[in-house]
Amino acid sequence: MEELIQHVINGLNLGAIYALIALGYTMVYGVLQLINFAHSEVYMVGAFAAYYGALRFHLTDNPGWGAFGLTLLIAMVICSALGLCIERFAYRPLRGAPKTNTLITAIGVSLFLQFAGQVVFGADPKLFPEVLRDETLFSFGEIRIQLFDVTILAVALVAMLLLNYFINKTKTGMAIRAVSFSFRSATLMGINVNSIIMVTFIVGSSLAGIGAVLVGLKYPKIQPLMGTLIGLKAFVAAVLGGIGNLPGAIVGGLLMGLCEEMVVAYLSSTYRDALAFGLLIFILLFKPSGIMGQTRVEKV
Amino acid sequence: MGGLLKQSLRGWILVLVVALCISALANVGLNPYQQQILFYIAINIMLATSLNLVNGFCGQFSLGHAGFMAIGAYASALVSLNFQPLGAGFDVLIFPFYALIGGICAGLAGFVVGMPSLRLRGDYLAIVTLGFGEIIRVVLLNLDVAGGARGLYGIPGRTDFMACFHAFFWAGTTVLLLWRLVHSSYGRAFLSVREDEIAASCMGINSTRTKVMAFVISSFFAGAAGSIFAHTTNSLNPSSFQFVKSVDVVIMVVLGGMGSLTGSVIGAILVTILPEALRPLQEYTHVDLRMVIYSLTLILLMIMRPSGLLGSREWNQILPGPWRRRAARA
Amino acid sequence: MSRLNQIMVGASVACMAIAFSFGCTKNSETPAPPAAADNVIKIGQFGSMTGDEATFGQSTDKGVRLAIDARNAAGGIKGKKIVLLTEDDQGKPEEASAVVKKLITQDKVIALLGEVASTRSLAAAPIAQQFKVPMVSPSSTNPKVTQVGDYIFRVCFIDPVQGPIVARFAHDTLKVMKVAILKDLKSDYSLGLSEFFVKKFTELGGKIVAEQTFQAGDSDFKGQLTRIRASAPDAIFIPAYYTEVGLIARQARQLGLKAVLIGGDGWDSPKLFEIGQESVNGSYFSNHYSSESPAPATQDFIKKYKEKFNETPDGLAAAGFDAAQILLNAIASAPELTSAAVRERLAATKDFDGATGKITINADRNADKDIFIVKVDGKALKFVTLLKPTN
Repeated sequence: MEELIQHVINGLNLGAIYALIALGYTMVYGVLQLINFAHSEVYMVGAFAAYYGALRFHLTDNPGWGAFGLTLLIAMVICSALGLCIERFAYRPLRGAPKTNTLITAIGVSLFLQFAGQVVFGADPKLFPEVLRDETLFSFGEIRIQLFDVTILAVALVAMLLLNYFINKTKTGMAIRAVSFSFRSATLMGINVNSIIMVTFIVGSSLAGIGAVLVGLKYPKIQPLMGTLIGLKAFVAAVLGGIGNLPGAIVGGLLMGLCEEMVVAYLSSTYRDALAFGLLIFILLFKPSGIMGQTRVEKV
Repeated sequence: MGGLLKQSLRGWILVLVVALCISALANVGLNPYQQQILFYIAINIMLATSLNLVNGFCGQFSLGHAGFMAIGAYASALVSLNFQPLGAGFDVLIFPFYALIGGICAGLAGFVVGMPSLRLRGDYLAIVTLGFGEIIRVVLLNLDVAGGARGLYGIPGRTDFMACFHAFFWAGTTVLLLWRLVHSSYGRAFLSVREDEIAASCMGINSTRTKVMAFVISSFFAGAAGSIFAHTTNSLNPSSFQFVKSVDVVIMVVLGGMGSLTGSVIGAILVTILPEALRPLQEYTHVDLRMVIYSLTLILLMIMRPSGLLGSREWNQILPGPWRRRAARA
Repeated sequence: MSRLNQIMVGASVACMAIAFSFGCTKNSETPAPPAAADNVIKIGQFGSMTGDEATFGQSTDKGVRLAIDARNAAGGIKGKKIVLLTEDDQGKPEEASAVVKKLITQDKVIALLGEVASTRSLAAAPIAQQFKVPMVSPSSTNPKVTQVGDYIFRVCFIDPVQGPIVARFAHDTLKVMKVAILKDLKSDYSLGLSEFFVKKFTELGGKIVAEQTFQAGDSDFKGQLTRIRASAPDAIFIPAYYTEVGLIARQARQLGLKAVLIGGDGWDSPKLFEIGQESVNGSYFSNHYSSESPAPATQDFIKKYKEKFNETPDGLAAAGFDAAQILLNAIASAPELTSAAVRERLAATKDFDGATGKITINADRNADKDIFIVKVDGKALKFVTLLKPTN
């Protein structure tokens, strides 16, 4: 019984990471109807930005919440900048083009960042700086809960709540919703579509940056290809919960994490990656709008 | 009837002659390392043209081509490892059958994957095919009979003159058959589904059936290419069939022009030669810039020239004046 | 049929006939000519300079270069300079076979040094054997590597020897009765070593209480470790490479697992402690060498290495050094500078005094040598014992 509880905890922890990154995917898809493949690479760059930032400012000398906050800030700023660049130079020129072209470009950007990362950062794994010390917060018998795990879950939930408030209760949020409905009409209403899209990317990329720092602390090994698999799984989580739906991203993420943990524990670890794709295919074939999404009728 | 036969025969003869010339030249003029590159060119031509059928002509974005190549490779390798009915000297005759088996298995997989997936549109289809490609790879990674994570070793197969002829024969056949298909009424069906699926069904074309047909044919040739790959490199590992491989093929298709078979051939040749030509650069700078250049090319291509090198034109449409008139009779 | 078509059909039939006659008489490729052209001797090296196990390739490279530079400084071999051509296989088996093919057919090297990981050695060995170019692996321990053919050698012990030694150590010295295994499904090394360990350990009366798997590249092992925790082992045997071991150790301690951790020579890297930190302290693993070994050849090597690279060498560097030395000796004592002659001399290596111990190449082209057990203590690796392989 204890073992099962620990597995559930592990699964939720895993899922929280997917949830955090899925939020970024879902935001961009909601507005642009674009699967931002490059999101996982922005996440990776965030991890490395934190690595080099911590090195440069000697943040590991005084580990603690202050250093942690500073690292977060560095990662968020760099990620937002990168996200903006990608939007401006790769996605904006293709605003009116067929979806296929944009998808291919997104894949191209993702690959470019991966391999450029290997060239610039070196392909060998690096050790993420320990800007915060991990502790066991809670142990009951054999069950252990770590500080980092709680932090990740808390951050994901808080981010989702803040985002929800932002999208539904603020003026900019309303503008974002308008743009996601129709570019043309939004422009007619006086909304600067370009600015709104920029805001979307900033928010999405910052989330990726936060996720990168949290994951870097939990799994200290970082390397230029770290974003690919986790990004794909996070995307599946977003689709699972209903792409474009913020609470759906959280639900999808946690669900994915739990399933993955159970598969690893009770089946075989080799199927953990296949599970993600299996879930994706399953949900796309039976309920493409996701768990919390609404089906939209396609008119002629 | 006689005219039809003449016309169809000409194509086959061209394929045979071209395959023969290339193999003869390779045998005489190139070292084994360069010959290996030639094999990769043949394989990539098959992959690119078959993917173009789905992506370019039928307008369905598939990102799982590597998975079908893997199925073809593993299926034919398992057969050739366990059944060798003919002796060593005559094994050249059996290689076409291995490729056929690989192709058939991949075609079946294409059917299984295509039937449920092709209801989805655009980006969703892309993701689902990506997912299937990865699932195929992970399943192969776990299948002990397929060697699991270590893969298969010691697959029979040579890289000499006959093997080269065989590879280019298949490449030529792929191009020929796809050309014929695309210039037939089936081809027009593919194009109509690409342009407007609903209008096509109004015209009486069963769009699902058309799409699945394109998918199955495309997977068949991908599987045959995989088989040739297996018997050329003599060893298989699931890590050769990752998502990056599918993207490679997509780059070939996009570079050449989605909707142009000639373009796919050119794209395949360019994309195969480029990394090898850049290898001295890599040795000099100790840094692998090949994939960086690849991906940058893809981005710039999509932004500046999404139609690719040839757009949707074929070789007989880009020739100058008098040659064009001759070719138009082809 | 029209005239044109008749001619074309006739031509194609003739072509096919030529093709078949060509094909049926041609047999397998001729081996590449030896590479002692001009006045240099070319040796090829391939390893993982980048990728997850980058320190393996980099350390081995340093050891190899130390040996070759020293030999060149002493005048080379038979008056010729030795040129080392190094290729990075990025940690991928298909790259390994590609670069080996290039080194042999394009660069025409006389012999090859590599690889560290058994999976990549297994990918490259058939090509070396096909072209009859001797390949010397410094530290691949899976038995299948040298079984590929008589041109493949190694200067280290093999897993059928390493596994039982670790099992004996665990049972007799550490006195653990219940062991859990966590192995890497993607690595021939991991699977092979685990198999031999389990066989010997159960023979000695121990019990394997859990057997979990992971894949190289994974970063989360909590699921597997939670299951292992439930089986209450005294020790966990992790026959994998240092990158994952570091992470596994951390997560194991986070879950409250107090079991002692044991491993094989894949743990040997300065990055092990960097990644694992305190979690790996007190762990044991078997290795090719120990920097605390008093043997003069070892200490001499360590001194020269420190002078050149300013750091203490790890087992990979020592093994690379020995592999290069043995190869250079073989080339120097060969009657002629051909791959075949070098092969003969390699097979005849006896009692070579290497940095990793006394090495004799036996009939299976593996090295007969003793195995070190070391203990992780911060950044240093403390020598525990030296065990002789028994049957």
